[in-house]
This record gives sequence, C-alpha cells and structure tokens, in this order.
Amino acid sequence: MNTPILSAQGIRKSYGRGSARFDALRGVSLDVNAGESIAIVGKSGSGKSTLMHLLALLDIPDGGRISVNGTDATKLSVKQVNQLRNEDFGFVFQQFFLTPNASVLDNVVLPLEIAGVSSKERKARGMAVLKQLELDDKAKNKAINLSGGQKQRVVIARALVNNPRVIFADEPTGNLDTATGSLVEDILFSLNKEQGITLVIVTHDVELAARCDRQIYIRDGLEEGIDTTAGAAA
Amino acid sequence: MKFLDVIRTAVHNSFRSKMRTALTVVAIFIGAFTLTITTAIGTGISSYIDNQLASVGSADVISIGKATEGDSTVDDGPARYDPDKATAASGFPGGATPPGLPVGALSDDDIASIRGTDGILDANPVVMVAPSYIEFDGNGKYELTVNPSAAVTKADLAAGSQLGGLDDTNELLLPASYLENLGFTNAESAEGRTVTIGSSTYQGEMKEVTATVVGIQNESLFGSGVGLGQQLTDALVDVQNTGKPRGAPVGYFAAVAHIGSDATQPEIDAIKADLEDQGFVGRTVADQIGTIQTVVNGIVGVLNAFAVIALIAAGFGIVNTLLMSVQERTREIGLMKAMGMSGGKIYALFSTEAVFIGFLGSAMGALVAIGVGSAISNVLSETLLSDLQGLDVLKFAPASVAGIVLVVMLIAFLAGTLPARRASKQNPIDALRYE
Ligand SMILES: Nc1ncnc2c1ncn2[C@@H]1O[C@H](COP(=O)(O)OP(=O)(O)O)[C@@H](O)[C@H]1O
Ligand SMILES: [Mg+2]
Repeated sequence: MNTPILSAQGIRKSYGRGSARFDALRGVSLDVNAGESIAIVGKSGSGKSTLMHLLALLDIPDGGRISVNGTDATKLSVKQVNQLRNEDFGFVFQQFFLTPNASVLDNVVLPLEIAGVSSKERKARGMAVLKQLELDDKAKNKAINLSGGQKQRVVIARALVNNPRVIFADEPTGNLDTATGSLVEDILFSLNKEQGITLVIVTHDVELAARCDRQIYIRDGLEEGIDTTAGAAA
Repeated sequence: MKFLDVIRTAVHNSFRSKMRTALTVVAIFIGAFTLTITTAIGTGISSYIDNQLASVGSADVISIGKATEGDSTVDDGPARYDPDKATAASGFPGGATPPGLPVGALSDDDIASIRGTDGILDANPVVMVAPSYIEFDGNGKYELTVNPSAAVTKADLAAGSQLGGLDDTNELLLPASYLENLGFTNAESAEGRTVTIGSSTYQGEMKEVTATVVGIQNESLFGSGVGLGQQLTDALVDVQNTGKPRGAPVGYFAAVAHIGSDATQPEIDAIKADLEDQGFVGRTVADQIGTIQTVVNGIVGVLNAFAVIALIAAGFGIVNTLLMSVQERTREIGLMKAMGMSGGKIYALFSTEAVFIGFLGSAMGALVAIGVGSAISNVLSETLLSDLQGLDVLKFAPASVAGIVLVVMLIAFLAGTLPARRASKQNPIDALRYE
C-alpha cells in the first residue's frame, strides 16, 4: 500500500499541569490514506478535536509521532508546516470563524491572501469556488447577513479555495438543522468522490460517521477499535 | 501574505474600531501638532537670526575690549589696583561705560598694540557720542538713539548705500521708523538729503552739525538707531570735547578692528588668542550672535521636550488600543495562523497598524499645524512683530516636518511591538478555542 498521507503513532496530549493535568489523548494511532474519508467519532470531550488538531499540525503532541506523506512532522520547519497548512489543508472548524463585516468573497479568499496570491487571481478563484457552492450571488454580501447553512457553505468554500488535498471538518453539521446539515454533508462527500479530496471528519453524529469510508471511535482519549467496513451502505 | 496586502489589511483593521482609533489618533495629533509648531518656531527664529547675520555679514570685524582679571575668575576677589591702567569712566569720550562691557579701558597705547597684532589690518577706538536731537528741513527736533554697532555691521538697507562709501562727508544711516516724524514721505525721498544734528559741548552749550543721509535701514535686531559714519562721529566727539579741560585722562571702552575678509575660522581664533595674550578680549559678530542663538535653541529645546512627552503619552495610547484589538481579534489571528500565516506576518500586520495610526495622527497634526501656524505667523508679522521686518515666527521646513512624521511613526512602531508580539506568539488552537 502507498504511504498514508497522514499517520499518527501512539500520540498523547495532556492539558494543564500538576493536579489540574488532564490527559486528552492517551496513545492513539491512525493512518489516513489519500482519497479516503475518515470519521473520528466519539462523545463530547473524548478528545476528537484534539486529535484532529494534532493531525493537522496545529498543535504538537506530548508523545508519539505524526508523519505527513511519510515525513516525520518534527523534521519539518515552521515555514514548511505553515505552507502545508496553507496549501494542502482546508479547515472547517466547529465554529464558522467568519469575519462578520467583511464580504463573503473576502472571507473565502483569506487562504489565498495568506499565500500571497495576486488580488486578481484571488477574485477569480474565489468566485469560481463560490459558484461551485452556488453562493456566487452572495459574493458581495457581508458574512454576517447569511443564514447558518450559507455560512457553513462559505466556510467550505474557504476550505476549498486553495485546492487542498485534505479537508479537516470539525462537527461540520453541528450548528445546522438536519436538512441544511445533510446538504452540507452532500457537498463534502461529492468533493471527496469527484475531486479526490481526503476528508477527516470529526463528529458525534453516527449517521454522518456512517457515510465515511472508515470510522475511528475515541473514548476518553483512547481508540475503541477500528471498524473497517465500507460505510457507504448506510 | 504580500507586503501590500499586509498594509491594506492593517489600514482596514485600524478603521474597524473607529472610535478607538480616532481617540488614539487625537492623542498623537496633539503631540505632533505641538512638536511641529515648536520646531517651526525654532526654525523661524534661527533662520531670522541667520539672515540677520548674513545681512550683517561683517565677518571681518572684531570688537576688542580690555580683559579684566575679574572676567576669568569669580573666586579670586578683586584684582589689585593698577595706577598705570587707563582709568576714569569720565575719560570715555561721551560718557560712562555702557553696561555689560569690560570695565577696563583701552589706552592709546593699547590701540597701538592692537594695530600691531598679526592679522589685524586696522583698529579704531569706539567712541560714544550722545547727540541730543535730529532735525530735517525745520520739521521739528526729534530725539535720536545712536546705533552703537553701526560701524561693525552691515545694515539691511531699504534704500541708499552703506556707511563708508563717501569721503569727506558726514554720513548717516536713518532707520526707517524715523522717516515719518522727520517729514520724509518714503525711504527714497530721504536718500541724499541733509539733516541737522544737535549735540551739547562739555560745558552744556548746544552746537549743530550737518550730515547727509546715505542710506535708510530696515528695523532689525542689530540695526535699531541712527548709524553714524566715522567722520560724523569724529565731528560730534569734537563738539562734545569742546571746552573739556586738558590733561583729563583718555580711554576707550572698546576698539573695532578689521581683519582680512577672507580670514578663516582658525585664523580668527589665532588672532583672538593673540589678543588674549596681550590682555584684550576680541569678539566677532558671529560670537555675539551665537550667544542669542544658544538661548533661542535652549528655549526651543525645552518646548520640543514637552511635545515629545506628549507623544510618548500618545504612544501608550497606541499600546492600549492595539492590545484591545489583539484581544478582540484573538480568533481571527488564530484562524489566520491555522491557515498558514506566519508569526512574522501577524507581527507585521499589527506593527503596520500601529505605524499607520501614528502616520494618521502625525500627518494630520503636522498639516493642521502648518495651516494654523502660517496664519498666526502672518498675522503676527503684520501686527505685533511688524517692526522686525523679515521675521516669520513660525517657519515650516519640509525636512523637519517629514522628520517629525517619521519620528512619530517610529514611536508608534515601538508602541506596537508589545501588542504585535503578543499576537504573533498566539497559539492558533488556544485562539480558536477562545470563547
Ligand atoms: N486548552 C485546553 N486546556 C485544558 N483542557 C482542554 C483544552 N482543550 C481541550 N481540553 C480538554 O480536553 C478534552 C478533550 O477536548 P476535545 O478534544 O475538544 O474534545 P471533543 O472535541 O471530543 O469534544 C476535554 O475534556 C477538554 O475539556
Ligand atoms: Mg470538539
């Protein structure tokens, strides 16, 4: 088999010190292969978000090893890590994190602006991705004036604008009603199927988890057992 | 992120919290305004003095007095009385020693030895004359003040020519302010006319001497009063000494010496050192004006210090404003870092915002200062200071205004370092979890 795009080996993460110390992850291992969709499932507080942040190189584990395409993450320079997150990763966080008074387009092209793409190209690529998510008519609106579903689509557009290889989504449907939620799910899975984008989805929603190729169950910072059944059946 | 995008975003961010930015800008505005005004006062007065010095221009003249022992030491007590020293204030032709000048008097021998000093072309004793009145064409007698430095300076002329141009003439320079009372319509009409000067003899009898107006001078720092040519001075001394008992001691409080007009500063210093060795004190016009300049610079320095203190206070305003922004934008910073923005760029973003706020405040402060200052300066030079022609109290030099704006931007940058550092050090995860 090919080298996994992301690999975690026995990673540990604690918060706080001394008596206030809390072990959020206590030795979790997993591989994410290019092109698959994987669900990290567990109850609230089980350490899902922590795991996702570590996989996305947003944080450094206290123990264990993370590799990207077979390269140990600790061997990467700060600049390389930034570039990786900027160019190869797309993020959908638990909250929208949109700049309320900026336009939808400006919010969407933020990763491109950080990458140093020219404003003309930013606009073209931003509009293209908004069109893909059927939001091009809202490009000039302020982000604050959108509905929850529209906001989440803007967030996905932002995650998508830099043509990432992996999209990390933390409870992407958590803030949405069921109908809008399943719409957003459809968008994510079509990106996975049609553009081959790897999906790492954090959720406590079993139905959403079941739509993924693979599920990792986390409980109190430990993996409960890997279920390898192809989940598309649900 | 590109440099231009950093600037654009920083500028945009500074307008997000308009009220807060505006208040900080006002604080900087006040500091920059004050600094611009005080600097302009310094420039205005300095350049006026420089101009005066240039118009005076007699770099080839040294005023020489007798060095008194008391000059150099305060602690030694009075010097022993020396009967050979020329004495008696009454011996000065024309009256007592003017205040502030060395008390020792120069004798004729001293004048001779000054003349013999290397580098000195000629030396003449300064004599004090105190004529009583001046009159033109029967228009009435007016009191007059004699300009004691007329011989050592070049006048700033409104019409006519300098003293010393005509031989065998009692030359006189008239200040512009005398024209109207004496009955002249303007400067040109006075040029070449003959006026009468009255002076009393030693016995108190009034005698008249006629003089020709060779030039009319603008009022200036160094040119108030009537300038008398050497021949006219001699004539007035003759009048004053008429009836003076023979044998009364003669002394002069000062002498005026000429040196080569191309003398360099080291040469002038050498001549002054030489004079000092002989017991004289020599002061060039530049020396005398330098004293005024030092005082002006001191005052302007103090004013500037106050303005800088105001700016430093404004700097803390920037620190405060930006710390609040960093706090408010924690999530945004976290998001940008998560998306691969480097700490350096985050730092640049907040520093640029600080510098921009500094620029806004200082540019506005400087512009308003230039506007208000120029208006005040114009009004002043037409009213209160109209006697001092050519004085612009406030003079805005582009270089110093630009310098002020840059200094304020530097202060703003320094003030921004603390908040910018805090922002750049933020951990994206903590920022994103931040509620
Ligand atoms: N910065 C932090 N400081 C202290 N405790 C934290 C911090 N972040 C997360 N935790 C704790 O770690 C545990 C796991 O958190 P998280 O990974 O967010 O769980 P999940 O996403 O599964 O709900 C929780 O109990 C949470 O309170
Ligand atoms: Mg979570």
